[in-house]
Amino acid sequence: MLTLSQVNAGYGDFQALFDVSLDVRSGEAVAVIGPNGAGKSTLMRVISGMIPAFGGSITMQDVSVLDTPAHQIVGMGIAHVPENRRLFARMTVEDNLRMGCFSPQFRDRYTERLEFVYQLFPRMRERRDQMAGTMSGGEQQMCAIGRALMSDPKILIMDEPSAGLAPVIVQQVFELIERIRGEGLTVLIVEQNVKQVLKVVDRAYILEAGTIRMEGTATELLESADIQKAFMGM
Amino acid sequence: MNNNIVIAAIGAILLSLPFVGVDSYPLHLIIVILIWSFAYTGWSIMGRFGLVSLGHGAFMAIGGYVTALLWNNVGLTPWIGIPIAMALSGVVAVIIGYPCFRFRIVGHYFALVTLALSEVVRQVIIATRDTTGGSLGYTPERHGEGWSILAIQSDDRVAFYYIALAVWAVGIVIWKAVDRSMARYALEAIWEDEDASAAVGVRVTHEKLKVTVLSAVMTAFAGAMYCQYQMFISPDTIGGVGISLQIVFAVVVGGIYNALGPTVGAVITLLLAEVLRIGIGTENICITDKICLNAAGVPLLIYGVMLVMFIIFLPKGIVGGVLDRWRGPAQTGPSKQP
Amino acid sequence: MAEFTDALFSIFFVETLINGLLLGGVLALLSLGLNLVFGVVDVVWICYAEIIMLGMYTIYFLHVDAGIPVIIAAGCGIAVTTILGLLVHRIVIHYLLDAAPINQLLATGGLLFFLQGSAMVAFGIEFRNLGVSLGSLIVSEDIYLSWTRILCFVLAAGSVGVLYVFLSRSYLGAAIRAISQDREIMPLMGVDTKKLYLLTSAIGGALAGLAAALLALQYDVHPFIGLSFGPITFMICVMGGLGNMVGGFLAAFIFSELITIGGYFADLEWGYVLAFVVFIATMFVRPEGLFARKS
Ligand SMILES: Nc1ncnc2c1ncn2[C@@H]1O[C@H](COP(=O)(O)OP(=O)(O)OP(=O)(O)O)[C@@H](O)[C@H]1O
Ligand SMILES: [Mg+2]
Repeated sequence: MLTLSQVNAGYGDFQALFDVSLDVRSGEAVAVIGPNGAGKSTLMRVISGMIPAFGGSITMQDVSVLDTPAHQIVGMGIAHVPENRRLFARMTVEDNLRMGCFSPQFRDRYTERLEFVYQLFPRMRERRDQMAGTMSGGEQQMCAIGRALMSDPKILIMDEPSAGLAPVIVQQVFELIERIRGEGLTVLIVEQNVKQVLKVVDRAYILEAGTIRMEGTATELLESADIQKAFMGM
Repeated sequence: MNNNIVIAAIGAILLSLPFVGVDSYPLHLIIVILIWSFAYTGWSIMGRFGLVSLGHGAFMAIGGYVTALLWNNVGLTPWIGIPIAMALSGVVAVIIGYPCFRFRIVGHYFALVTLALSEVVRQVIIATRDTTGGSLGYTPERHGEGWSILAIQSDDRVAFYYIALAVWAVGIVIWKAVDRSMARYALEAIWEDEDASAAVGVRVTHEKLKVTVLSAVMTAFAGAMYCQYQMFISPDTIGGVGISLQIVFAVVVGGIYNALGPTVGAVITLLLAEVLRIGIGTENICITDKICLNAAGVPLLIYGVMLVMFIIFLPKGIVGGVLDRWRGPAQTGPSKQP
Repeated sequence: MAEFTDALFSIFFVETLINGLLLGGVLALLSLGLNLVFGVVDVVWICYAEIIMLGMYTIYFLHVDAGIPVIIAAGCGIAVTTILGLLVHRIVIHYLLDAAPINQLLATGGLLFFLQGSAMVAFGIEFRNLGVSLGSLIVSEDIYLSWTRILCFVLAAGSVGVLYVFLSRSYLGAAIRAISQDREIMPLMGVDTKKLYLLTSAIGGALAGLAAALLALQYDVHPFIGLSFGPITFMICVMGGLGNMVGGFLAAFIFSELITIGGYFADLEWGYVLAFVVFIATMFVRPEGLFARKS
């Protein structure tokens, strides 16, 4: 469904990704793991058009993503939950969700999608009129995921959804990801909680210093001694 | 060493200027440029640390008006009047600056608060028109013919030239002194990150206040000098929003991070205005009998375009831009964009 | 003291208060567009009043020289300022979006001189009067209220209302509020930031045109008229909390009452001094503006 080949990207003169190739098949859940500063967020940003690529190609169901203007990428079915949630703090929860439905082609399904998100996160319905910035970290993460789901995406890309959350809440986030998978969504996820994320995804890529170091199924990687040493402190 | 020779040579040229047959009119221009340069230098002493004040018209006006009013009404010589005006403007700077810095009013909020100060002073001058002449302007009384040391008045331009030159040089020295002081590092750190600086023990309010008062006092002095030389002041020639903006812009054009930047800015903006005024004139140029163009607006128009271009393409000003070119194109301005 | 209480209860004082209220309408209308741009694009258009000035000239020439009815001339004035708003953004601000806020402010200050200079070149320095008056509403023998000001008041209140509904109810309005909080992620929401900025600038320009139409009925136009109401417009926006339409609207009335009350007891200039001093003082107490929500 989503295919990256030989993607190079960065910021100004600084290159953060070198010849990254990766693909996510329909219905699959794929994780990208790697140390801080490896370029994971950069990878997410280049997929959703927040930053331009230096070279390479990205296609979504055989349509070139790199040739699509940034604001139309969400219309191709790619929804991005950015690092640190990035909610509109001084807007209500419902207004935040509404922003997820901004593109004209989504607007007539607004009520239906809102109902879907409220069903997935009943907590959001309770908080609909609260300013997003005043919610707890876990609630904010739900809101951010909900906002991305408003456009009924084909693939959801998530950048460290569990960052900064208490262990119990992290647990909930992973349960949530399983539920989202249950809805038939394709997922690409960046995570630091390597052990936990490998339990909910099918495959994973290891990104280090801007290049893909390793790739494998979740079970393979869970058993790999290298991975255990590098990421799970075993 | 090389530097010292250059400075000595420039000094010699400047000192001998009246003897090499410079006419009265160019000399007048140079004096005006020197006085404004001093004001601009005074502004840039705080402006270079991100303290963009749009209130310096107020300090300039306080300098000019207080000195002249004391002389005309109380007979107090400018020798005492100028220090009083400077002190008063320092007090005003504290009254505005202290709460601003205390309550962390920075960036364009600071600019707008100081803009309000400009307006307050201008409106007070207009409201007290019975004493200050309001928007029609004000003239210090002449003290006899020719020279008066008591009144610091003179119709001899050469004498004034030397005074202005000395004042300007002192301005540059002050700029350099601030540049070399510990305060500079503190202020740069504050500009970078106010919270972090406070956390490592920089006295944020104190440091900002010091530089603001210095800047205000210098500007007031420039206002007084302007008044003594031109023998005429009005709210629009040394105060208000117009002058405040003029001060900021000249420095932006010249270059804010260099001692000579404000001077270069003064030379360029004032010469340009003068050249355009003489070159194009202030006539109405009529294309048809209905459509007439008023040439007097052209300098303002060109000035405006120039400023926009400078801020977009050369945010470090002429001096900064040239120096960057000189030292290699390594890092250009912070706001350079594709 | 008796004199003071007499003055306070005089019929003229009531008239002063009402006139203050009506002046507030003018100021509110003036600050509306600036506030919108300020809140959304996060840029201070120091040249905002100069855009209004050009709108006033458009109306003047179309009506007085070309004999076009005032209403249509006003419409054209609004069109001109809308285009000016677009140009200010596209030609200047667009290149400075990532620059320090103060550079943006200074660049529009350059535009201020440019627009003043252009007006001077094109139209000379004469004061020009539209010569249209809507007359006054005679409330009693002593109290006359200018219809123009009443219209201003109504239009300002109406525009604030429309803008409020637009911002709170529509998708575009939500996007306008959102972009001021986080520009970077707007593409993820499917928002074309460039277009949204242009749209906002156009609305800002159009509101300047509306203000121009009403000012042209009350004041002579000349190239420097912007300097007389520009600064106060910025201060109203700041006092109300940048980008807070309702706050700006209320701040306009605080300013106008201060000015007229000051003018009643002394000169109008003292009214301005009073208003500016109060502004400075409120900044110290509430730097985010009088009506900012506590965050
Ligand atoms: N906006 C930016 N401008 C310049 N360099 C950036 C920018 N954002 C990230 N970088 C650099 O790009 C590299 C990769 O950053 P990125 O944010 O993609 O890392 P990451 O893998 O997401 O790290 P983390 O796990 O800490 O989130 C880093 O060296 C970082 O310093
Ligand atoms: Mg990251």
